[in-house]
Amino acid sequence: MPADHPPARENPMNTDGASATSTATALAEGVWTPVCALADIVPDTGVCALIGGRQIAIVRVGQGDTLYAISNYDPFSRAMVLARGIVGDRGGIPKITSPIYKQGFDLRSGQCLDEPSIVIPVYAVRLQAGMVEVLAGG
Amino acid sequence: MISSKNLVVIGNGMVGHKFLENLVEAGLTGTWNVITFCEEPRHAYDRVYLSSFFNGKSAADLTLLSRPDFYHESGITVHLGDKAVAIDREARTVTSAKGVHIPYDQLVLATGSYPFVPPIKGNDAKGCFVYRTIEDLEAMQAWAKGCKTGVVVGGGLLGLECASALRHMGLEASVVQAASRLMNMQIDDGGGAVLRDKIESLGVKVLLAKDTVEIVKGTEGQVERMRFADRAELQTDMIVFSAGIRPRDELPRSAGLVMGERGGVVIDDQCRTSDPAIYAIGEVALHRNRIYGLVAPGYHMAKVALDAIAGTPAERAMTFTGFDMSTKLKLMGVDVGSFGDAFGATPGSHVVSYTDSQHQVYKKLVLSPDRKALLGGILIGDASAYGALHQFMLNKVALPPAPEDLILPVREGGKPVGMGPEHLPDAATICSCHNVTKGVICAAIADSKLVDVPGIKACTKAGTGCGSCVSLCKDILKSELKKAGITVSNHLCEHFPHSRQELASLVRLHQLRSFDALIARHGSGRGCEICKPTVASIMASTWNEHILERAHAPLQDTNDRFLANIQRDGTYSVVPRVAGGELTPDQLIALGVVAKKYNLYSKITGGQRVDLFGARVEQLPAIWGELIAAGFESGHAYGKALRTVKSCVGSTWCRYGVQDSVGLAIQVENRYKGLRSPHKLKSAVSGCARECAEAQSKDFGIIATENGYNLYVCGNGGMKPQHALLFAADLTPARLLQILDRFLMFYIRTADRLERTASWFNKLEGGLDYLKAVILDDSLGICAALEAEMEHVVATYQDEWKTAISQPDKLKQFRAFVNSDLPDPSIVMVAERGQPRPAFWDEKREHMAALLGS
Ligand SMILES: Cc1cc2nc3c(=O)[nH]c(=O)nc-3n(C[C@H](O)[C@H](O)[C@H](O)COP(=O)(O)OP(=O)(O)OC[C@H]3O[C@@H](n4cnc5c(N)ncnc54)[C@H](O)[C@@H]3O)c2cc1C
Ligand code: SF4
Ligand code: SF4
Ligand code: FES
Repeated sequence: MPADHPPARENPMNTDGASATSTATALAEGVWTPVCALADIVPDTGVCALIGGRQIAIVRVGQGDTLYAISNYDPFSRAMVLARGIVGDRGGIPKITSPIYKQGFDLRSGQCLDEPSIVIPVYAVRLQAGMVEVLAGG
Repeated sequence: MISSKNLVVIGNGMVGHKFLENLVEAGLTGTWNVITFCEEPRHAYDRVYLSSFFNGKSAADLTLLSRPDFYHESGITVHLGDKAVAIDREARTVTSAKGVHIPYDQLVLATGSYPFVPPIKGNDAKGCFVYRTIEDLEAMQAWAKGCKTGVVVGGGLLGLECASALRHMGLEASVVQAASRLMNMQIDDGGGAVLRDKIESLGVKVLLAKDTVEIVKGTEGQVERMRFADRAELQTDMIVFSAGIRPRDELPRSAGLVMGERGGVVIDDQCRTSDPAIYAIGEVALHRNRIYGLVAPGYHMAKVALDAIAGTPAERAMTFTGFDMSTKLKLMGVDVGSFGDAFGATPGSHVVSYTDSQHQVYKKLVLSPDRKALLGGILIGDASAYGALHQFMLNKVALPPAPEDLILPVREGGKPVGMGPEHLPDAATICSCHNVTKGVICAAIADSKLVDVPGIKACTKAGTGCGSCVSLCKDILKSELKKAGITVSNHLCEHFPHSRQELASLVRLHQLRSFDALIARHGSGRGCEICKPTVASIMASTWNEHILERAHAPLQDTNDRFLANIQRDGTYSVVPRVAGGELTPDQLIALGVVAKKYNLYSKITGGQRVDLFGARVEQLPAIWGELIAAGFESGHAYGKALRTVKSCVGSTWCRYGVQDSVGLAIQVENRYKGLRSPHKLKSAVSGCARECAEAQSKDFGIIATENGYNLYVCGNGGMKPQHALLFAADLTPARLLQILDRFLMFYIRTADRLERTASWFNKLEGGLDYLKAVILDDSLGICAALEAEMEHVVATYQDEWKTAISQPDKLKQFRAFVNSDLPDPSIVMVAERGQPRPAFWDEKREHMAALLGS
């Protein structure tokens, strides 16, 4: 069964979404998987990474190196599409919007901004020598 | 002040606290010496929102105390963490576990209930929990750290809430329900099926009609697996019991008060027990053979008991005569509402129901035998009508002649059935938690000039209890504001204090060429899914740069971003341009070859072209490479842009045709192809007045006459069909194009986002005459500018796909994974009528479960 929901609180990104390099903290378990170069992600868009069978959307907010990683699975349409959503903010909360039915998700916590009871998994992400790395559970 | 009389309250839960709050508010602390026993280590907290503890709320966040020292200030003695263990009715004393021994004059029992744990072998295993207090949750949280899976026993309201909490903790969650459907107390089979589907799609496994007979323990006495009556087994790391509640009635029982057969201390309409000095309120009380497991009736009992104890004169005193147990909640994001006689138990009642399995919506109404009154109902998946329907029932509002319209989706061109809050009487209780009527809310809106729901909450307390009345409060607010003629702002979104029209002129005026430049000067924040595509569209129709340029690509909705139309499974469909619907045999073959090679589902569109479905994102460039080689170009079916110009065969073949409608359609389509607009644009050309191309249902339609062409504008098919209006007659092709240039650009400049020409026209002050004056007579003096703007767009046309596949940086975006060339494994096709189609959830449930679980 879907166990795709590690607790939102595992996200090491601090709440104001400061740069990935400064906030990444290695977690107890799991490995950092290099995924792509920062330059491979157009500012204010997402890409999808396949890590151990799991689909993780990596989102670059702004022109700099602010990164978030969130599940690519959109629970509303049940399709793997979140990486293809529009990146923006709601009241300062960085978010990505599902390209199918347009629900927004808080990139920091995975909290759906339109349905309070929905939270999707987020993952730790960092920048290491120009490479984007994601921590996906062991 | 020390008073002579003791009032003792046992239990400081939600209802006990409410009772004391009311007592303080009523100024009775001088009359009574008030003492309360609180078994839990903390003062009353909001049990209803207990689950938010898992979303990071602390115990302090959940407190019900308006100020931390509320009890102290009010002179109420609280024995915290001390449980009352005996009542001596002869001596009128209460004794506590810590040895407090005090006399009472009046005693109130508010001891609530405890979760029922079924007597199953092994139910004491480590890793078995209940869900009632903060301590329960802390224990669950600690245990869950080492777990992968969790099971909730019980598929009622609380069980589902609990399953959702397990999901939030990162566990694979299952719900095991003994009954044959979820929430069997509130909803029927039809609703249960829809709810189950919803819940499963959110990743919680649902096992119905499963009787647990044993919990098998592991070597360390921990939960290992569950065994069911049908011999099936289920591995799990933890179990939460949520199989109902039982009143905590041990005190009144041993004190010899009259008890219900299955527990609960019996109370009368004043909440008095069989001993006139003892009252019982909340979940411990049994009223007319019923326990009320919700907070609102408990709060009502608290008021009733206070009236009785304070000696309020009978004509003003409240009584408890039962309570409406209707509920509306959001379970894991799924709306569930059940009210009144939900099961149609009333003799002779009628049922109307509506099921939409695709959108997982189920609605049912129970009508009186004469169909004039609403007796109850069930709403799953979409409970937006709950507030109004519930009020209709409570206030016995006469139903419209076709009551089914109250739950059916609004049909094309139809108006929603009149069931707005304006139909409710002022006396209607909107918020039952705080007993606030519509009249009170309306008065507050008017007197305090309220403009939002938080204002209503602050002024009237409505909506601050269980929250189920909030949407109704919002509707009332809207209708009151509308009545008062208060207009709602036309700002595009939170990022721009401007309308689309204003933004379009700012872009032109200041020559702004990117979203970043615009938001820096005229907006704030990072933008969103509303302003970004809107600005992208404005940029495209003004400057016409490629929409996948680095500055523009992040603004585009997924369709524009990948130059194809996204479908429900995340694949795309491809529609090459077939101007005027004219297609050569070679082109037809080429389309067939591509469709076959990539296994694409093929269908003729309503716009006279061919749609190829099921292309994965990484296949799009290759598909387009082949289509372009065969002479095709982008059809812009993905854009809010000109779509097609349909045509009939006209004078070329048809014996009635008076002009070459195909030729003109091709000319018009090629002129405006790629033109981005506030919404899609459709057109058609008919070769004679018989109108075979249906031009009068288009944004702009052209009908040939003996003397030239008649132009019709602002028609619409789709959701709200509207006929186009004759704008100009007997035009030459050149004049026709000139008028169209002006008309289209004027619409693009002035319409709101996602506003088709028909709705734009309907709002246009001055109507058709005004539009004619602007476009035909140049009354605003802008026609030269409009024509120049269109000329620029036409001159800078490029085939978006051709450009995209020739530029590596754009091409790079078309891939499923940034770190792998594998196709997306979640895309599964099945065959139907000899072609592929995306699997429905039911067909790939297992497969998806494996993917999401890995
Ligand atoms: C997770 C969850 C979600 C819920 N959601 C909703 C909802 O959405 N809507 C709704 O209407 N209701 C909901 N409820 C039910 C609601 O919480 C109860 O109806 C309400 O709390 C009942 O109040 P009460 O004061 O009778 O009992 P409680 O709140 O349980 O308070 C009783 C208190 O008395 C104490 N006590 C018991 N015996 C003694 C003793 N001998 N001496 C001293 N103290 C004693 C107990 O420890 C407890 O603190 C929910 C309940 C739970 C657990
Ligand atoms: S509209 Fe006129 S010309 Fe065109 S197909 Fe119909 S009858 Fe023939
Ligand atoms: S009418 Fe349009 S939106 Fe509705 S199902 Fe058909 S294609 Fe989709
Ligand atoms: S009805 Fe519960 S808050 Fe209004």
